[in-house]
Amino acid sequence: MSGPDTVTGNRALMLEEPLIFEIGTTETTGVDLPEPTGGANRLGGLERAEKIGLPGLSEPETVRHYTRLSRQNYAIDLGLFPLGSCTMKHNPRLNEKVARMPGFADVHPLQPVDTVRGALEVINELAHWLIDLTGMHGVAMSPKAGAHGELCGILCIRAALEARGDAREVILVPESAHGTNPATAAFAGYKIEDIPANSDGRVDLDALKNRLGPDVAGVMITNPSTLGLFERDLKEISDAVHEAGGFVYCDGANFNAIVGKVRPGDLGVDAMHINLHKTFSTPHGGGGPGSGPVVLSEALSPFGPLPYTARTKDGVVHLIEEEDADAFSEEHFGGVMQSFGRMTAFHGQMGMFTRALSYILSHGADGLRQVAEDAVLNANYILRSLDDVLDAPFGHSGPCMHEALFSDKGFAEDISTLDLAKALIDEGYHPMTMYFPLVVHGAMLVEPTETESKAALDQFIMALRSVAERAKAGDETLKTAPHYAPRRRLDETLAARKPILAWEEPNPPAGEPTMSEQGGR
Amino acid sequence: MRYLPLTDADRSAMLEKIGAPDVDALFVDVPEEARLDGPIHGLPMHASEMAVEKHMRTLSKKNLAASDAAFFLGAGAYKHHVPASVDHIIQRGEFLTAYTPYQPEIAQGTLQMLFEFQSQVAHLYGCAVANASMYDGSTACWEAVAMASRIARGRKRKVVLSGALHPHYAEVVKTMAKFTDDEIAHAKPAMQASPDTDGLIARIDGDTSCVVVQYPDILGRVTDLQPIADAAHEKGALLIVVNTEPVALGAIKSPGEMGADIVVGEGQSIGVGLQFGGPYLGLFAVRDPRHVRMMPGRLCGETQDAEGKRGFVLTLSTREQHIRREKATSNICTNSGLCALAFSVHMTLLGEKGLRALAMENHRLASLAADKLAEVPGVSVLNDSFFNEFTIRLGQDARAVVRKLAKDNILAGVSLGRLFPEHEELSDGLIVAVTETTTEEDIETLASALKEVLA
Repeated sequence: MSGPDTVTGNRALMLEEPLIFEIGTTETTGVDLPEPTGGANRLGGLERAEKIGLPGLSEPETVRHYTRLSRQNYAIDLGLFPLGSCTMKHNPRLNEKVARMPGFADVHPLQPVDTVRGALEVINELAHWLIDLTGMHGVAMSPKAGAHGELCGILCIRAALEARGDAREVILVPESAHGTNPATAAFAGYKIEDIPANSDGRVDLDALKNRLGPDVAGVMITNPSTLGLFERDLKEISDAVHEAGGFVYCDGANFNAIVGKVRPGDLGVDAMHINLHKTFSTPHGGGGPGSGPVVLSEALSPFGPLPYTARTKDGVVHLIEEEDADAFSEEHFGGVMQSFGRMTAFHGQMGMFTRALSYILSHGADGLRQVAEDAVLNANYILRSLDDVLDAPFGHSGPCMHEALFSDKGFAEDISTLDLAKALIDEGYHPMTMYFPLVVHGAMLVEPTETESKAALDQFIMALRSVAERAKAGDETLKTAPHYAPRRRLDETLAARKPILAWEEPNPPAGEPTMSEQGGR
Repeated sequence: MRYLPLTDADRSAMLEKIGAPDVDALFVDVPEEARLDGPIHGLPMHASEMAVEKHMRTLSKKNLAASDAAFFLGAGAYKHHVPASVDHIIQRGEFLTAYTPYQPEIAQGTLQMLFEFQSQVAHLYGCAVANASMYDGSTACWEAVAMASRIARGRKRKVVLSGALHPHYAEVVKTMAKFTDDEIAHAKPAMQASPDTDGLIARIDGDTSCVVVQYPDILGRVTDLQPIADAAHEKGALLIVVNTEPVALGAIKSPGEMGADIVVGEGQSIGVGLQFGGPYLGLFAVRDPRHVRMMPGRLCGETQDAEGKRGFVLTLSTREQHIRREKATSNICTNSGLCALAFSVHMTLLGEKGLRALAMENHRLASLAADKLAEVPGVSVLNDSFFNEFTIRLGQDARAVVRKLAKDNILAGVSLGRLFPEHEELSDGLIVAVTETTTEEDIETLASALKEVLA
């Protein structure tokens, strides 16, 4: 960057910020609490004697510290976030307001059931929508994120197989799958075998059919896939898997592309998780929390995890826990309820349920259909506006779904997808998903979502076109991008080779007080 | 449909650019018989902001909010005061609507916060390294057991669970262990003043990969962990310590100090709020830095940028599912980023001084409550030692008592019958939690209501 250095390291509104451990002290606090009294002590003789070493800041310093940090983040509130398969869309503020209503935010998970009827109705109302939109039979609400939902679905499959005395060992996973799929199946005790893709990027139906047999518990398939394509043969795949005695798990990460247009249940899916943050816009929060309810077919419904909720014939929503599972199953599952157990301490991500339900009600059945159509329209607009300058490996044969896949084919030899991505940062955009899916060299997966306007897409297309042309021309400045971000390229190798994962007090010069004795400043 | 910016004119222009006659032409790969020809029958159409807010408020009002009751529930989720600044910070769009920090040059805000969070948790737990958070305490507990099995390389298959571990946490471990080869040794909780440390130690043998204890335990008891750590280490097993109330660690020794190898817990108490059970915040830390590469979850590390400036990145990702696929340390692909931020902001506001004062205020009020309730005829206090939670016995089924008091807006505690439905002999137990939000008047209200109900 040009221009003189500043003594502070700040650059006008771009402010450097030390760690709380460097500016806080153990004697500073930003809350008013009574001075500890010497009176009661029933701590079993285990009082803390040593300093903990936790820095404190006053309230104004705290607000300023985190506000300064926030300004070093890109976010959907600042601009387009074209992350394929990750789906970053507008987060409506009504949902935040709703989640903070005292009846949702300020209730304990173990309150007597009669004092949380409204919370249970939220769960039940959301469950109702998820079942109807997917054409499935039941839904397990407690999984805490997409990958946790995958585990739930696979455990349901395993429990169903074991219930019929059928121990199977193998889960088939297409090579384009998210890394969570094989990791999940392995965690549940299965062996993983890859299924290749055919030349147009879809699961190779013949290869899959040839591999099916009495040792295959199921397949994990993503639809729409991580290549942005609809698996045309899913119904045929499901029929073949069922015929062979297995089950179909669908990774529902990309459900936002088909919500209201297609029901996975109609295609023979047995279990599918729904990432509420992707399809129903609960905020990503810099990494989470997520929420991953799992819809289940009739065959898998009796095996779902506890606790769950269901509406009985009298119209009352019931919270079903261990103690009443038997009685409930008698009434609703004909005595065959065989839950595989509990996956998490409490009921799941209530704070996400309220947000997702509020989003769903805002759109309604008509609006959700429009969501899928606009998401797919926006992705195809990107694909067709850039396929003359960027290679689109599967874009020749027809439309994509919610995301457009490009490759680095045609870039100058020493310019990589990473270089292009970092140059996009200088243009004011968060880069697209890079190097995924693995089946495409130098992959770039662009997902605009339905909440972008045509004007926003046109500006993004202009920026990406320009950067792509520079990559093809071998523009060396790409290799040192970003130039205008709060940090230049960070040394990730150094971070992994010499891990520094927690703040450690530097050795102070002799005679000077340390933070744990005194505090920083 | 106020969240959709495209106009019909935009849609037409875009379809023309694409060369498609209509939007359905973009769904050509969906088999025709599977396509829905209109909005799904039976689901309502879109609604205004005002209408949705009204509907949700109606549902909200059907719940009894903790702040509208005399409130004594704990058992893994605690009602604490959260300073207003915490919610203000987490609602800043740059935090709330940011993505996982995979592009570190434009995610330093989230990354520096995570590095600070990891450092705070490591200090609190007396450990070397903490990760960037897990889903919640119960899933972190299972991940710790899975990690111990990995460290034992399948040569030790026995997992010893303390009977005084939160039963839902134990259930999560048992559920997951059904699908691995781990054998779970679990006893029922002993209703006695102090935990049965000798009984637990007797169950550790050479085939044990790990021992899991809770501190303070599900009945609120506080006990020295060092003898358990020593016994576990002697047999080549790891000690996993679960903490569900981090505020306690402002008053009592850290698990790391007493020899725990892996410390996991629920961070909900600091900054997050009750939220009917989630989202919560799983904390995960290890005492020995050599165990870092076996840990699940995300890690943020310090490094430098091309100009030599300090910066932060996600690191050691070769453990993770997107690289290692079926050989990953865990399938986890997220953390509780926003809850970690809430924790970190609240902890920064408290600082060491505030955390200690908060802990002592919790303990003072809990001691007061224990004394008041002990005076009620028919009530006996089980614990010798506790932090802000203790168990009382009522001489009758506590579930019925809890339901009765709830009608008068007194949420008296968590009955052992609800937590341990299979152990009839525990059903007269009630876990009572007291925090800084509990007033002396609330305590009087509970004591006199119990007096009436038990008479």
